[in-house]
Amino acid sequence: MSEAPKPAAENPESSGTPKPEAPAAAPMPPAAPRPEPKSGAAAAASKPQPKAAAPGSPKPEAKAAPPGPPDQAPPADLPVPAYVTALQSGLAGAVEHVSFWVGDWTVIVTAARFAEACTFLRDTPGCQFDYLSDLTAVDWPARAEKRFDLVASLYSTTLRQRVRVKARLAEAETVPSVTGVWPAANWLEREVFDMFGVTFSGHPNLRRMLMPFDWQGHPQRKDYPLEGPGELLMESPQDWLKARQAAVEADSE
Amino acid sequence: MQTDTPRPMFDTDELVINMGPQHPSTHGVLRLILKLDGERVLDCDPVIGYLHRGIEKLSENRDYTQIVLLTDRMDYVAAATNNLGYVETIEKLYSIEVPRRARYIRTILSELQRVASHLLWLGTHAADLGALTVLLYGLRERELVLDLFEEYCGARLTYNTMRIGGQPVDVPPGWDKKVLAFCDVQEQKLPEYEQLLTSNRIFMERTKDIGIITAADAIAVGLCGPPLRASGVYRDVRKDEPYAAFDEMEFDVPLGVRGDTYDRYLVRLEEFRQSIRIIRQAVQGIPEGPIMGKVPRLIKPPAGETYHAIEAPKGELGYFVVSDGKSVSPYRFRVRPPSFCNLQALPKLVKGHLVADVVALIGTIDIVLGEVDR
Repeated sequence: MSEAPKPAAENPESSGTPKPEAPAAAPMPPAAPRPEPKSGAAAAASKPQPKAAAPGSPKPEAKAAPPGPPDQAPPADLPVPAYVTALQSGLAGAVEHVSFWVGDWTVIVTAARFAEACTFLRDTPGCQFDYLSDLTAVDWPARAEKRFDLVASLYSTTLRQRVRVKARLAEAETVPSVTGVWPAANWLEREVFDMFGVTFSGHPNLRRMLMPFDWQGHPQRKDYPLEGPGELLMESPQDWLKARQAAVEADSE
Repeated sequence: MQTDTPRPMFDTDELVINMGPQHPSTHGVLRLILKLDGERVLDCDPVIGYLHRGIEKLSENRDYTQIVLLTDRMDYVAAATNNLGYVETIEKLYSIEVPRRARYIRTILSELQRVASHLLWLGTHAADLGALTVLLYGLRERELVLDLFEEYCGARLTYNTMRIGGQPVDVPPGWDKKVLAFCDVQEQKLPEYEQLLTSNRIFMERTKDIGIITAADAIAVGLCGPPLRASGVYRDVRKDEPYAAFDEMEFDVPLGVRGDTYDRYLVRLEEFRQSIRIIRQAVQGIPEGPIMGKVPRLIKPPAGETYHAIEAPKGELGYFVVSDGKSVSPYRFRVRPPSFCNLQALPKLVKGHLVADVVALIGTIDIVLGEVDR
């Protein structure tokens, strides 16, 4: 993969910038159960409280990338659905965190056991998540060691329930493919590979999906330039950025 | 075609050919690499991305309110449902209450859009199979829907007709009567299509037992919408996870039995009737009241993420939006396009069929390349 070196070269600068509170792997400390004004009904619990602004530290530059998703812990009085507890007890150690927000349950599993957790969720009675709605990724460049979130939205056509499974990945980390669990993942994983550069082991045909086969870089990464196009941009987005910066400086002088 | 004693002069070779991206029956810029044995398709590899405009990336650099009109450009023959899915996702993320009247208007618009989208599908699908009359009939009725949309919001194709929190404008006076009149017209025209196609011997020969997919396969490969239901899977987002005002509507979900192209045709034809049924209920039961909920001046949802799906004419249209709580643009904007997921099943469907059936099968999964590529 010829494009691999470039983002890797880019990474140190992006991981160098974030503020000192970087041990962001643990999401947003205020995991202390949010003060719930109206305790009770799930409906009330699903009302999000606007978060108290992130811990102090006024950012010098306004465009500082957020360190990661909040992954709010569920309110203590909300019953945890059976499929979440089944996964927690069935695959001990795989579940890192359980999160609930505006009615959606999210289970965060370790990247190495992502496919295992998916197989479990598909096959276990009471879970039966036989339908892969969506598989995508989110780039959090400020989260130094685990840059990507891999996000799968699952649905059960028999039990009519939904869950989201997430895994945190490092930049060069390879995650086991779930094409064996749901063939639907084939193109979705190709798109994640194309757009984010996440590689899947065991994928039958890991090629670019939407971009041309000779495209350089991965457009959905946060450090990929928005403007374009141009020959240099196609060949090397980072060089193109430098060239543009030089042009802007020459212009202002 | 294999013969028992192949003569060297007439021996057959596997042939790899390109179909598209400029082929008229691919409904846009879809390129299929077909591996053929004579007329029979051994393998098929769709190549997409010719219409990729980076709508997801673009949306991450636009305000929440500006994204509505980008969603128009995905499935451009069903812009209203794209709008609906997007605004409902942000409303869910922001916990905005939408007034009941606005939800009814949205229901009417999305079902009108379903009728319009299915009409275009019906016409082009039939035209691909040689029945050109149906295309003219379908476009004739679609024009009536476009007129209704034009009267409601001023546009005929890319409507930009929904806002986060409600509807930008109320229905114009007399519009409801016109919608009901359209329902009557559409219901009268449906037998015309059926007369032309349903027991048409050529149409049946071209569609029956073509591209059969079982229920288990359809679920596994991620089919959604009418193709999934034609395989006998009871799955309709309007029923399972009601949105807009669908929880107050009475309608049936048509299911197929065999999962072939003919069943997919029948399912969509029945969906016309159910959509008309929903439109009538919504128009007659539309409540009075405001059309816009309480929305902050600056749309800036609290940090969090959500996935929300609606039943677009093509299938499950989902939006996954991540907000960082600090910015007026989404941190991550992801669309789960139904056409993309349905197109993925095409190689499975076409295997073993003739090249001419590939055309029928592209038609039957009802793709719009603007949505596949985004």
